[in-house]
Amino acid sequence: MTLSLLYFARLREAFGQSGEKLDTEAATVEELLVELRLRGGAWAEELAAGKVFRVAVNQDIAVPATTLSNGDEVAIFPPVTGG
Amino acid sequence: MSGFTIQVQAARFDAGEEINRLSANPACGAVVSFSGLVRDHGDRENVTALELEHYPGMTEKALAAIVEEARERWRLQAATLIHRVGRLALGEPIVLVVTASAHRADAFAACEFLMDFLKTRAPFWKREILRDGASLWVEAKASDDSAAVRWQ
Repeated sequence: MTLSLLYFARLREAFGQSGEKLDTEAATVEELLVELRLRGGAWAEELAAGKVFRVAVNQDIAVPATTLSNGDEVAIFPPVTGG
Repeated sequence: MSGFTIQVQAARFDAGEEINRLSANPACGAVVSFSGLVRDHGDRENVTALELEHYPGMTEKALAAIVEEARERWRLQAATLIHRVGRLALGEPIVLVVTASAHRADAFAACEFLMDFLKTRAPFWKREILRDGASLWVEAKASDDSAAVRWQ
């Protein structure tokens, strides 16, 4: 299946892109994160266990067990700092 | 959501105009507003501007959910929530929350609640631009989380 990944703020800069289409078999957010960490470099560093970041699936805040479907929009971003 | 307005925009807003608009309602005895401004210090000193990034789509959705929650908790006649994005110079307004109710208690509480939840739930990110040209992302604050938690 294909996911639309989006990155924001500090993570957008660390990953050097604002988003990408990813062909993956990851069934959950946790599986997707495992796959992204395997890229090494900034991916392994920024998404390491213990790092604080948020994941949204189709614009709702997700948890590691949130399931993924073909065409989902998955955003990864730092804790928010608006207002 | 007649009377309930949410805007995410680059353009400057006129807080007085927004307050006057919500004040022109005979059922409202109380209008409370909060304006957030770019100040000269944050995580660092000598801040000259902020850059605000957001997640188009999710930001509006999150703000609508926060306003909806406020309407479930308090008796509100109207509310306006405006948040700017892009580069904002020192002293410029960033965010405006206006709440209108029959009585002040609901308007005060809802206004504070909207700000506390906006700061922890709406996907905006700030970057501080310093006088020497350096620019650095602002870190999320534990104090903002505890401010939001007290409403639960």
